[in-house]
Amino acid sequence: MIASLGPYANFILLSYAAATLAALGLTLWVILDHRRLRHTLTALEARGLTRRSARAAARLAPETPLETTLETQA
Amino acid sequence: MSLADLANPTRFLAFAGRLIPWLASLTVVLFATGLVLVARSPADYLQGETVRIMYIHVPSAWLSMLTYGIMAVSALGTLVWRHPLADVAARAAAPIGATFTALALVTGSLWGRPMWGTYWEWDARLTSVLVLFIMYLGLIALWRTIEDPTRGARAAAILILVGSVNLPIIKFSVDWWNTLHQPASVFRIDGPTIDATMLLPLATMALAFTVLLATLHLAAMRNEILRRRIRALGLTAAGAAR
Repeated sequence: MIASLGPYANFILLSYAAATLAALGLTLWVILDHRRLRHTLTALEARGLTRRSARAAARLAPETPLETTLETQA
Repeated sequence: MSLADLANPTRFLAFAGRLIPWLASLTVVLFATGLVLVARSPADYLQGETVRIMYIHVPSAWLSMLTYGIMAVSALGTLVWRHPLADVAARAAAPIGATFTALALVTGSLWGRPMWGTYWEWDARLTSVLVLFIMYLGLIALWRTIEDPTRGARAAAILILVGSVNLPIIKFSVDWWNTLHQPASVFRIDGPTIDATMLLPLATMALAFTVLLATLHLAAMRNEILRRRIRALGLTAAGAAR
């Protein structure tokens, strides 16, 4: 396969390696960033910190289960 | 759901959460199809097998400009319409645009060495794309420097719009100046000059890269909204502690 790419196979393979690295790097970046942010947000909410809109929603419907409130915030 | 509904970050998060898995799956399918078509495509009569670099270089170069175009529209959204998600969209797009621009520069160099005999030439096309890369880095640095998101958004929006002058320069540099870079061969008034056996894999790869951009951009916007919520909650906590 590599031999069939001719005398400049290294240049071709390096290009595809760079593209793979860029695509996977960006994908990993958004996934790991999302996990970290979700973790931080959950920790803050566990300390009782909620957004103004979430507090207003909770005041209007005190019987709303916690899961629903968190889902609305997400 | 209308565009106005998506101005609400909570609704946008729900919308993005539903769309991202579909877009990610479509990206995988398109890349798999594109790579099969690239493997089956013929060698070029002049470039030989090195033409295969074009199937990733050209889409990355297009996306480097498309991403900046998205940022320019977002900048207008920040300054003119004060859309709540406009700065979020611009800020989320910048690292993705910078990466695609870097990829276009790297793959261009790797193609240039065997074809032109040099990795780099200070000609109009290459230099203007390098300027675009520097613009992306400058904008990322600006957002990180200004802590207040509102002030940062306005400053970045102005800089983005000033920098958008570079987009037509990149596009028409090959027509306006003497350059090693070949002129446009796909988006031409008289139609593409590439043979269909090469145009199809190129178009498929371009579509795959574009859907990848859409997926990553939506995911990065979602992260940026969460980051701003965490910042707001942190400020609330700090205010309550005083």
